[in-house]
Amino acid sequence: MRLLILLVAMAAFALAPRAVAQDAETEKAIEKYRAMLREDPWSNPGFLDVDRGEALWTTAAGPKKATMEQCDLGKGPGKVDGAFAELPRYFADADRVMDVETRLLWCMEKLQGISAADYVKRPHPGGGQPVKDLGAMATYVAAKSAGQKFAAPLGHAKERETVALGETLFYRRSGPFDFACATCHANSGLRIRLQGLPYLAEKKEASKVIGEWPAYRVSTTHVMTMQHRMFDCYWQMRMPELQLGSDASVALIAFLTKQADGGEIAAPGLKR
Amino acid sequence: MRIIPAIFALALGAIPAAAQQRPDPAAADPAIKAAFPTAPADWAPRLTGDDTMQQCSVSRNSPSKEVAEAIQKRELASIAYPPDNNFMGDWKKGEALAQSGYGLRFTDYPARQANGGNCYACHQLTKKEVSYGTLGPSLSEYGKLRDFKPEAVKAAYEKIYNSHAAFPCSTMPRFGANKVLTVEQIKDAVALLMSPESPVNTGQ
Repeated sequence: MRLLILLVAMAAFALAPRAVAQDAETEKAIEKYRAMLREDPWSNPGFLDVDRGEALWTTAAGPKKATMEQCDLGKGPGKVDGAFAELPRYFADADRVMDVETRLLWCMEKLQGISAADYVKRPHPGGGQPVKDLGAMATYVAAKSAGQKFAAPLGHAKERETVALGETLFYRRSGPFDFACATCHANSGLRIRLQGLPYLAEKKEASKVIGEWPAYRVSTTHVMTMQHRMFDCYWQMRMPELQLGSDASVALIAFLTKQADGGEIAAPGLKR
Repeated sequence: MRIIPAIFALALGAIPAAAQQRPDPAAADPAIKAAFPTAPADWAPRLTGDDTMQQCSVSRNSPSKEVAEAIQKRELASIAYPPDNNFMGDWKKGEALAQSGYGLRFTDYPARQANGGNCYACHQLTKKEVSYGTLGPSLSEYGKLRDFKPEAVKAAYEKIYNSHAAFPCSTMPRFGANKVLTVEQIKDAVALLMSPESPVNTGQ
């Protein structure tokens, strides 16, 4: 019942015209909502997708009618607990570094016979639509590392190369607005309009926010995954559609995760 | 007047001085090309960035003195001026485009309206608009603080057209040089900053 009231209240925020005063009001209301969540963390609607993801993990699907239970997320087939805390990592079977979503998609293809090339054509939900199956499973996997600290491995040369590529991309300026990730995320305490911007070039702030993804987003009323977050940032940067699972997407996530190394995982989080 | 360069220098100083051996940003080109497979052919320049952006990327917006001078010279040469040397348009239109963040996203095609400048995303301008960002310095009373001098009007036009001509590796978009805004729109934005009647200067 309480969840229902909150969902109705949040839908009202999401539909409200984005006028000036309302932006501030919305921020205040969301802060109040976050406070309520701290009292009762289970009221975060993101947990609906954690449950959905868990069900999907054990449900036979795809042309091969197989479950995901043999998927190796780095700690052995079927081992989900704590796996997210050690991602992205190098996978010998795929001979590349993968973040959680890229790895899940790889498993969907190998185990279930689902075409990854087709899946990445529309991998993210539109506003108001629930997160897609891959995202729901990523939310489930991330939540199974909640309370643990990020400790992505750097032992393999490809892991180090991936983090280095991600750092390069973070500072790379391009597009008609000349934006880089660093344009908005290389200083503390700044904001776009009224929206605060995390200082991701610095470990202290990165370790506070990176662990909150995947997160339920009040403004779009669905869970947004980290791959979707990167896609959305590039959209704002006036760049084309970032392909889920591309090396660049994995590299940025690997760099941000390394920035957040030692930070606590608090997925699913709650965002504006 | 000196406060803007000071803030800019401060912002640059806040970027941690990383190791000298940074990977060549061009080494990321293949990964970028592969990451955006649906990019239309005429979007190719968006993926790489021009010489100035490559220099700013590799130096993380802290170019050496020589590079900074080269950038300034190159970017100054890109500025197209209004034929009649009248740099001020209509501040009301300037306020409208300062509010608008529309344009150039892949969901903005075919264009449904003129591109915006989205000035409020990063700058304080009028007192009335309280939803402003802080990535850039406050531009409140911009013209008044410059005594509405004609050379300040021209300088404002140049900064909006191509911020790098004044501040190499500025984080502000090159609205004129990158064809985000038209010359007429830039004149409207200049009027918002520099017209004595503009609410930016009347304190409204």
